[in-house]
Amino acid sequence: MSGIPHDHYEPSTNAEKWIHRRLPIVGLIYDTIMIPTPKNLNWMWIWGIVLFFCLVLQIVTGIVLVMHYTPDASMAFASVEHIMRNVNGGHMLRYLHQNGAMLFFAAVYIHIFRGLYYGSYKSPREITWIIGMLIYLAMMATAFMGYVLPWGQMSFWGATVITGLFGAIPGIGEPLQTWLLGGPAVGNATLTRFFSLHYLLPFVILGLSILHVWAFHTTGNNNPTGVDVRRTSKEEAAKDTLPFWPYFVIKDLFALVLILAGFWALVGFMPGYLGHADNYIEANPLVTPSHIVPEWYFLPFYAILRAFTADVWVVIAANWLSFGIIDAAFFGVLAMFASIFVMALVPWLDTSSVRSGRYRPMFKWWFWLLVVDFFVLMWAGAMPAEGIYTTIALIGTAYWFAYFLIILPVLGVIEKPLPQPATIEEDFKNSLKKKSSGGNGPSAEQIPAE
Amino acid sequence: MFRKLAASALTAATLAATPAISAGGLGEITDYSFSFEGPFGTYDRNQLQRGLQVYHEVCASCHGLEYVAFRTLSDRNGPELPDDQMRAFADMYEIWDPELRDWRTATGPDHFPESQFEGAPDLSLMAKARIGFEGPYGLGLNQLFRGLGGAEYIASFLMGYTGEEEFQAGSMFYYNAAYDGWVSMAPVLFDDMVFYEDGTPATEEQMAKDVAAFLMWTAEPKLVERKRAGFVGVIFLSVLAALLYLSNKQLWAPVKRAAKED
Repeated sequence: MSGIPHDHYEPSTNAEKWIHRRLPIVGLIYDTIMIPTPKNLNWMWIWGIVLFFCLVLQIVTGIVLVMHYTPDASMAFASVEHIMRNVNGGHMLRYLHQNGAMLFFAAVYIHIFRGLYYGSYKSPREITWIIGMLIYLAMMATAFMGYVLPWGQMSFWGATVITGLFGAIPGIGEPLQTWLLGGPAVGNATLTRFFSLHYLLPFVILGLSILHVWAFHTTGNNNPTGVDVRRTSKEEAAKDTLPFWPYFVIKDLFALVLILAGFWALVGFMPGYLGHADNYIEANPLVTPSHIVPEWYFLPFYAILRAFTADVWVVIAANWLSFGIIDAAFFGVLAMFASIFVMALVPWLDTSSVRSGRYRPMFKWWFWLLVVDFFVLMWAGAMPAEGIYTTIALIGTAYWFAYFLIILPVLGVIEKPLPQPATIEEDFKNSLKKKSSGGNGPSAEQIPAE
Repeated sequence: MFRKLAASALTAATLAATPAISAGGLGEITDYSFSFEGPFGTYDRNQLQRGLQVYHEVCASCHGLEYVAFRTLSDRNGPELPDDQMRAFADMYEIWDPELRDWRTATGPDHFPESQFEGAPDLSLMAKARIGFEGPYGLGLNQLFRGLGGAEYIASFLMGYTGEEEFQAGSMFYYNAAYDGWVSMAPVLFDDMVFYEDGTPATEEQMAKDVAAFLMWTAEPKLVERKRAGFVGVIFLSVLAALLYLSNKQLWAPVKRAAKED
């Protein structure tokens, strides 16, 4: 599967040969887990395994929860309480599933920012990146619909607000929203379709994840230097790489278990930490919570959605140019989807020929500012949409778009990159000699060889 | 003032419609100390039994506990009523049986009745539907040691009446400092209004804390089991992480040695 030369599976016994001629599945598994992997991967390359674990955790706990849950507006809330009180271990299953979504998103954000820093989206890994973005979109849809299922106050009103986004689309908005909800407002029809899709989408994510892995197994992993693995011969490739099993499996498992210890402490000791107290009140269409807030992982994009009020000049301009079709609400919706879309386009927006941010002195600053911006937007999204908060959200939004649409294209032209190591082997050796595993030091070439 | 009143009339159905996240609506919450706080905290059986008594004698005349089954009063890590006492307790309640289409005496598997009045919310989950504090700096990390403050909110609410009253739109409203607004529920606790079998003086504050603890249990009956699972899991995963760390170190040692010698 990989473009990097390495030993392939050879069936040895007659039985293995018999199977291999008919279905080479053992060979496929062998080649997948023995894939040559760059020696110099640092600890930011462990999130893939964490994400895979999260997907399995969510599917397994989800399947068991479905056995006890009732997707009916009059019984959903009570059935969740039934799980929490009467089902053996039900409270742990439910808390694991609920907090598992949080771990899933925390890991996916770190994974995405890892890719942005080390230029993992650049040629030839554009398709890996795009599939990753599709997975992220599917995750958001799944999480949103899953949050509606307990049928608490925040479930109900969150669903009302988010489907209202589609209602803001001019012309087709209202029929589209009605179609999504299965009625004029959030109700039983909404709950049952969200339940069905919440069960379906994780398997779509699983399928996309397989494509994601297939894609980067074809191009080979990126690595902290961004330098390609040498492919002229098997011997040379072996100097840059080690097989995934056991070297990276054990390393990743260590990191995973360490993260799970923290996750388990969260579930055991403060399972409500990242949730909303309002969701322990059953959905009531007649009482609106005074402050509807999405889950933390949606907050940065929620801030972008709300940043564009009717008095912002771009909104006024868009409104005037479109003869009033684009109002502030629709502009916010467009901005929110565009903020994710520009991320998907980053392989073509970044003009620098250097992959890794390690060798890009100016890029580094802008990148870390983007990380700060992400947290500022997250904070602004949790605040009421008024006064100084919308201004902060607007500045944060402006930087988000500027980073992808202006800074990355310009940087590639004006920035003078630092020298990169010639090979991964060289980087690996130098990082050992400096005893700073995977540090962001300057070029390895500057250190004299012994 | 009138707007506040009107708002509170609307939201009286939920006692305090102010959700936990918005700091503005939260009044004065006293940080009462409870036995179930912190990673190792457990319920105090005697306190839960006293709280059950306060619930039964005071709250139950208006409020319900629709998600709580009588049989769970005998559960371990709960009030742990002996089986016969639990049955005798259930015997005091009349519940609506949809199959009989009639009222009948409750038994162990039955749930507590629902609230008697439209305006009185069900209390089963109230201790999780309210957050008393969210420090430090709004990060909420204190809950590892102090819990979410739901029980503190309930106790502070019961203690929060200042004695101010207002008659508006045909109903009486009472100022409550914990809610920081006017509520339709009158103050209900007065010294010595219940008699505790275990000799604990039934002060207003004692009863408020006891019933708050009991309602924390009704909201999170598996709290002790959950913390225990958390403790065992963290130890297990830490040991596993240590073993994997050593395996990983040993696995990579020859690779790193070779690279250094080269």
